[in-house]
Amino acid sequence: MPAVEVTDLVVRYDTVTAVDGVSFTVDAGELVALLGPNGAGKTSTVETLEGYRVASGGRARVLGLDPRRDHAEVARRIGVMLQRGGVYPVMRPLEALRLFAAYYDEPADPDQLLDRVGLRGVAGTPYRRLSGGEQQRLSLALALVGRPEVAFLDEPTAGMDPAARRTLWDVVRELRAGGVCVLLTTHYLEEAERLADRVVIVDHGRIVAEGTPAELMAGGGDEVRFAAPPHVDMAALAERVGGAVEEVAPGEYRAGVAPTPANVAAITAWLAERDLPLADLRAGRQTLEDVFLRLTRDEA
Amino acid sequence: MTLRRGESVLLTLGIPVMLLVFFSLVDVLPTGRKHPVDFLAPGVLALAVMSTAMVGLGIATGFERQYGVLKRLGTTPLGRPTLLAAKTTAILAVELVQVAVLVPIALALGWHAGGNAALALVAVLLATAGFAGLGLTMAGTLRAETVLAAANGLYLLLLLLGGMVVPLSKLPSGLRAVARALPAAALSDALHGALAAGHHVPGRAWLVLLAWAVAAPLVAAVTFRWE
Repeated sequence: MPAVEVTDLVVRYDTVTAVDGVSFTVDAGELVALLGPNGAGKTSTVETLEGYRVASGGRARVLGLDPRRDHAEVARRIGVMLQRGGVYPVMRPLEALRLFAAYYDEPADPDQLLDRVGLRGVAGTPYRRLSGGEQQRLSLALALVGRPEVAFLDEPTAGMDPAARRTLWDVVRELRAGGVCVLLTTHYLEEAERLADRVVIVDHGRIVAEGTPAELMAGGGDEVRFAAPPHVDMAALAERVGGAVEEVAPGEYRAGVAPTPANVAAITAWLAERDLPLADLRAGRQTLEDVFLRLTRDEA
Repeated sequence: MTLRRGESVLLTLGIPVMLLVFFSLVDVLPTGRKHPVDFLAPGVLALAVMSTAMVGLGIATGFERQYGVLKRLGTTPLGRPTLLAAKTTAILAVELVQVAVLVPIALALGWHAGGNAALALVAVLLATAGFAGLGLTMAGTLRAETVLAAANGLYLLLLLLGGMVVPLSKLPSGLRAVARALPAAALSDALHGALAAGHHVPGRAWLVLLAWAVAAPLVAAVTFRWE
């Protein structure tokens, strides 16, 4: 039985459909990243699993249980990291951890947890005086204090500096190694690429791609990517290199040709003849960002 | 948490103590009694209950909602019944402290206490339920800043219309009828009746207290939004 199972999930608010038929599973010891632009339906999906929202259609199951009907049982076994807030401004990290530990039957040791997320130095500082990254790390610690079997992390590293982000990644990897099922939402592609066993890309409430980061990135290997001034004459360039050229973002181009030296030379020569600067050049493997932008680019 | 917020100590203890001491010593209020403290002591106790159960609870819960604390608690094993029980216990504890502070001060100021403390206790419990319902109705529907303003505004209004420092008999008759239907006046009527020898609690006060104790929490439960 998967730890998290979502089947044809639909979440509607009044007239807006936030989640429109999403299905995926996450196993114990697996880390899945829900990736998508703002408003794609990531948080609505996660909040349905956490029991905050009622599914308008389909099914959401956590550890085989219904997040709303079996809320008391589910709450004992999951850990939730909210996007923001959730702590009294005057409360201090160690105090908050001890309070939350008291809600569980077999909690983690608050002192150890404090060291693990690197908050020892601010153990006695009121929440409102912590930096954004420190508040996020406390929020993570609060999600883990009940020793959850399933952890939901909603944009865990938003607003964190790079060092704090790495600390958090380490903690999340330890979690997964310990057999915890982790579902995280993010719009940092690097985070998904480095952490996730599998990535589920959502846009407009639907899944547009799913797979391991390697599978997703392998999709369109035959291409050359480059950056140049926006709106070059793509038809002329396509004729020169013998393959389709598209502008995937203003000033960023993708040529659908094999990443051979000859093709790269043709592109750079064409730019040189027109005296156009070349800002970036990459042949072969695409990044998750390329995949993401291609899949979630608006029709507009 | 309550004692760590300076403003709530001021609200729940400071203001009642100041009102009690000031108007007992400075006889400017038309209390109609030889000793103003005999009128003020029950009135200020009623005020203290209102400040804790309605204003204190309402504002604290409003901000907990805004800070996401309530949402955060929603995914912990701490269920809603436990949270509600904890809040109730906290209110009763603060009220106990208020009584422990206000009663000795009133006695020192020459209060002739008498009557039936058990009746007073029942009145306080009913009023606490009613005020808590009002506080939570505001906390569960309005923004925290609005709750802050609304609760304080209502506090002042009910203080003036509640027969707590200004006797109801001094109000114009139309206003007095309105005031009598509010929980504040019902509580102070009940306490005035219960805590003075030879007085009794008017039946109307019981009825009003009971009605608010049932209706206000119901409205709160129906309208409360957790985030």
